[in-house]
Amino acid sequence: MMILVSYDVQTSDPGGAKRLRRIAKVCRNFGQRVQFSVFECLVDPAQWTKLRQSLIDEMDQETDSLRFYFLGANWRKRVEHVGAKAGLDQEGPLIV
Amino acid sequence: MKKHLNTLFVTTQGAYLAKDGETVAVRIEGETALRVPLHTLESIVCFGNVGCSPFLMGSCGQRNVGLSFLSEQGRFLARVHGPVTGNVLLRREQYRRADDLDFSAAVATACVLGKVVNSRTVLLRALRDHGDKIDAQVVQESINRLGAAARRLQEGLSLAEIRGVEGDGARTYFSAFDHLIVRDKANFFMHRRSRRPPLDRINCLLSFVYTLLLHDIRSALETVGLDPAVGYLHRDRPGRAGLALDLMEEFRPMADRLVVSLVNLAQLRCDDFVCSDGGGVRMSDTARKTVLVAYQKRKQEEMTHPFVEEKMTIGLFFHMQALLFARYLRDELDGYPPVIWR
Repeated sequence: MMILVSYDVQTSDPGGAKRLRRIAKVCRNFGQRVQFSVFECLVDPAQWTKLRQSLIDEMDQETDSLRFYFLGANWRKRVEHVGAKAGLDQEGPLIV
Repeated sequence: MKKHLNTLFVTTQGAYLAKDGETVAVRIEGETALRVPLHTLESIVCFGNVGCSPFLMGSCGQRNVGLSFLSEQGRFLARVHGPVTGNVLLRREQYRRADDLDFSAAVATACVLGKVVNSRTVLLRALRDHGDKIDAQVVQESINRLGAAARRLQEGLSLAEIRGVEGDGARTYFSAFDHLIVRDKANFFMHRRSRRPPLDRINCLLSFVYTLLLHDIRSALETVGLDPAVGYLHRDRPGRAGLALDLMEEFRPMADRLVVSLVNLAQLRCDDFVCSDGGGVRMSDTARKTVLVAYQKRKQEEMTHPFVEEKMTIGLFFHMQALLFARYLRDELDGYPPVIWR
């Protein structure tokens, strides 16, 4: 299933930059960066549990926020991209 | 059921693959061109001059991601694989049964039957689709002979006889193969099967697609815990993936169909190929990409598996067949059921 993860991390307080970096790193391990703080992650239920928990462990619930959008298996119908930097279809042919 | 995961093909010369966190990063001239999480991949196939970090090799081995190195033309060079996994008892049974010639003959019959029947279907299909444009009589005769070969296989032959039927079948099939190509006959023809080097464009395409197929079947066998090297129809020979070749027989006609449709639908043109002085034919980089995309798309199509009657992607058929073979070795099935395409 496809899950869209977006986050907001307050970088003005001490340790904010570090949290931001680490949250981005967790997301990168599971998915593709489509915008600065938006990731598309293709995961199965077990991987999703792991991803969700790792993100919650990294964040500071007082200041930061995470938002998950569940796009399911037929996510292609629910996503439209306009403009530069179109993402790569992780389930399509991968050739470089 | 296992999910059908993606394959990453790296064809850019000079690319370097590295492990970056839990992802594979493809670096081209110092820039990261692509980053893919490892868990979404089933295998990675590198063509030609592509480097790979030892840490990536390690993770691929650990997670059972098939990592293969092919020459730029698609000839198999090497593959990396981690600790041997799977069930020893199953593998031992596989070796033991390979020494049993009656059992080997039974497996070989199933594999060759799959090949012969599927080849016949390819020809029948061509006759139905464009019977008016081709020499229907020649094709029909090949169809009849393949039908006769399929009937002969049910008589309980010895291994040597099965091999004979297979050879005759292949010759009959490839003698009619040229009639399947209906576009640009001056450049795309197939008079006889040739390899190392392929002497015409069709042979070049066939060899390339067969290599991709072999890579996938081999990975599927390893995932299930079987040893791809110990075959039944294909006897042991160092460096040869006997069992993978056995199970590949039934899938060959599917690959042939892919090649034929690439040519007939004009997705490949005559200048997509380079002829060398020695008479060998090679594919250009763009042609290789076209074939890879077509192959990958075909693997993602869904079909109902004729034996388990479950809908799955064609890419998962390889895995399913490996599983069925393992069940046969464990005596949970009376025979190995090859995939018969409709």
